[in-house]
Amino acid sequence: MAVRALTRGLLGFRYSRAATVASPCGGHHYVTAPSAKPPQPQAGDVTEKILNQPLEKADFFRVAELFSLKDLFDARVHLGHKKGCRHRLMEPYLYGCRLDHDIINLDQTMEHLQLALNFTAHIAYRGGIILFVSRRRQFGHLVETTAKDCGEYAHTRYWQGGLLTNANIQYGPGVRLPDLIIFLSTLNNVFQQHVGIRDAAKMNIPTVGVVDSNCNPSLVTYPVPGNDDTPAAVELYCRLFKMTINRAKDRRKQMELIHDVPSSSWKTDFNEATKNFH
Amino acid sequence: MALYFTPLVSRLSGCHRGNFTRNCGSCYRACTLDFTSVLSQGASRSGDGSTSQTDRWLGDRDRGRLVLRGASVTSPAAARRPAASSGQPSQQARSLWQQLPRQLPPRTSPLSAKMAASCVRTVGSFLGKCMTCSSSINTVATQVLLSRQVCVSSALCRKNLAAAGPEKFTLEYIQKQVEEYEIGKRHLANMMGEDPENFTQEDIDRSITYLFPSGLFEKTARPLMKHPDEIFPKQRAVQWGADGRPFHFLFYTGKQSYYSLMHDLYGKILKIEKHQDRLRAKGLFSQDAQLISLGPSRWLTKEELELLLVETISTHDYDRFIKLMEHMLCMPYSSTEEEFVQRYRRLLEAQSLKQLVPLLEKDENGVAFSTAEGRRKTSDSSVILRDCGSGHITVNGQDYLQYFPVLQDREQLMFPLQFMGVLGRFNLECKVSGGGRSSQAGALRLAISRALLSFLSEGDGEAMRQAGLLTPDPRVRERKKPGQEGARRKFTWKKR
Repeated sequence: MAVRALTRGLLGFRYSRAATVASPCGGHHYVTAPSAKPPQPQAGDVTEKILNQPLEKADFFRVAELFSLKDLFDARVHLGHKKGCRHRLMEPYLYGCRLDHDIINLDQTMEHLQLALNFTAHIAYRGGIILFVSRRRQFGHLVETTAKDCGEYAHTRYWQGGLLTNANIQYGPGVRLPDLIIFLSTLNNVFQQHVGIRDAAKMNIPTVGVVDSNCNPSLVTYPVPGNDDTPAAVELYCRLFKMTINRAKDRRKQMELIHDVPSSSWKTDFNEATKNFH
Repeated sequence: MALYFTPLVSRLSGCHRGNFTRNCGSCYRACTLDFTSVLSQGASRSGDGSTSQTDRWLGDRDRGRLVLRGASVTSPAAARRPAASSGQPSQQARSLWQQLPRQLPPRTSPLSAKMAASCVRTVGSFLGKCMTCSSSINTVATQVLLSRQVCVSSALCRKNLAAAGPEKFTLEYIQKQVEEYEIGKRHLANMMGEDPENFTQEDIDRSITYLFPSGLFEKTARPLMKHPDEIFPKQRAVQWGADGRPFHFLFYTGKQSYYSLMHDLYGKILKIEKHQDRLRAKGLFSQDAQLISLGPSRWLTKEELELLLVETISTHDYDRFIKLMEHMLCMPYSSTEEEFVQRYRRLLEAQSLKQLVPLLEKDENGVAFSTAEGRRKTSDSSVILRDCGSGHITVNGQDYLQYFPVLQDREQLMFPLQFMGVLGRFNLECKVSGGGRSSQAGALRLAISRALLSFLSEGDGEAMRQAGLLTPDPRVRERKKPGQEGARRKFTWKKR
């Protein structure tokens, strides 16, 4: 009986049973009183439930309702660059070419954008750090404002080499790196692939990126083929990401209220996660 | 009481953090600045028995090793030999160590007074460590161990102090300093016999100059006692919370304060443009409306901006910031953001263009007169100008012809009156002291010009100013420098 209770404890079962443990001691049998139930294991169990619930349904956050194909068309997301600028790896995502202008396949864009938004929502739900990156001067202020409104982070400035790979020295020991990087434009000012894509791949950070017809989609985890030059398109993306992240965070707060968990518990996920590695 | 002195040898704070046995040649040499005085005291107290030992210690200085030796030991191998008087060296060693005072002797030389409080503490802890290890030395073996451990090459433990960057202070340390400062302030007030509650910073400065008179010319090298916030440079606290999420949304850029400033500035520009668009839509837009009036001010310098943001900025960044600010100032309707702009402007020290005109008084005979003073080199003069109409001039009781036999000096005296064409009108009663004949004449000239201002109109005063009569001559004798024959003249160069 005692052995079984021990093994159950080892397996991580958080339920404590009121068990009478008979301990023979010199012929006399002593029976211990049933132990009182401590409330902490219950909180951990509930947090797990909160974290696992969104994984049961496909589109738990209903991100598909946030946009339609017509919205994408009106925002001119389908307009790519000229035929000469086309990247070879973007050919699967293109619908065709009209008068030398590449047209991006909006059906594929719909699917990819849904996947990307769903992933972002899950990350935001779990309290992950999201970093918005764009090196376009036109949209720098917009991207920073979007990040500020979500409560997340932005980087629309010159990318210093060791920001992700040399973080412990640049920022200080014990810094937490972003859990997701969203590229609203994967190119930098000289039309080369942004260094952040390669660095994120090196540091095992998933990326979501809006890839235009002149971009390389290979290292991006969730590429979203679409136009990254038109202000209307970029405003659409910013709006969609902001809505998803806010929705996910609100949902998390709701879940916590339903299950009566103190709000600080989920914010210490990071510390608990790092403790398991030690 | 936490008194701050500029550290003479800042390396000391780095060296004594380790234990006693790890010794660098460099810091050992620095330590002996303290230890020579300490050891001499110790030696004098212990008598002749350990003087030889002291000498041997000091003799090892140039080899850069701190080796504690017995009476006859010359090498670690020799030390291992069980000597006949094995008990004695250790006893002598112990007596020397134990005679070292627990605290450093009071400082009298200004050089030693420059040690920082932290250096004193680290040296004190060094001594403490010596005491603890010496108390455990009882046998030859441990003495051998001590002398063996200590023979470490300096290259192994020399730290790259330049790469460490500026010294970082923890929050607890600064808080402790603040507490010490407050307690020390009250002690100082008690010492000076004043009310501890209302002891202001001026009172503290006064008391410190009284208690620690210093003849140093460099004001920043004198003893000072200020609030730690003014002494320790502002540092960034940890930028993220318990969950690891950074506080600032631009944290991952590396230069969060600067980029957030640029972000706000750009936001303000966009706001002004939107305001302009709205007015244009209503038809109320006018090009020349409401530019910000700045007054006599200048932009913040790069250093001041760095202080404000608590972050280093490159010149390129600073230039971009200034350009963006200028761009905003050039837009019409930018006066809505005046308060934001003024935060990054500093007032220029306004030079008072108005001359101080001396008062026109009347003495008992009804004669108008004015008094003025003037200085030149080391001469001081004061002049009373009387509107009599006779043209008499007296200098220090004597006639000016007698006092200034040289024509040049008399010309200097007359020039203001001749310039204004009032040569015979005024009586001058002059007093002058100090300097030589030429500088006395110059001082008198300045005083006469100033006194004349009260009898003349504004236009005449302006003419005098443009002639240079009202400008005090700032030239003083330049000091002679060492290695040169005079102020500028160098010694004759010899080829060999």
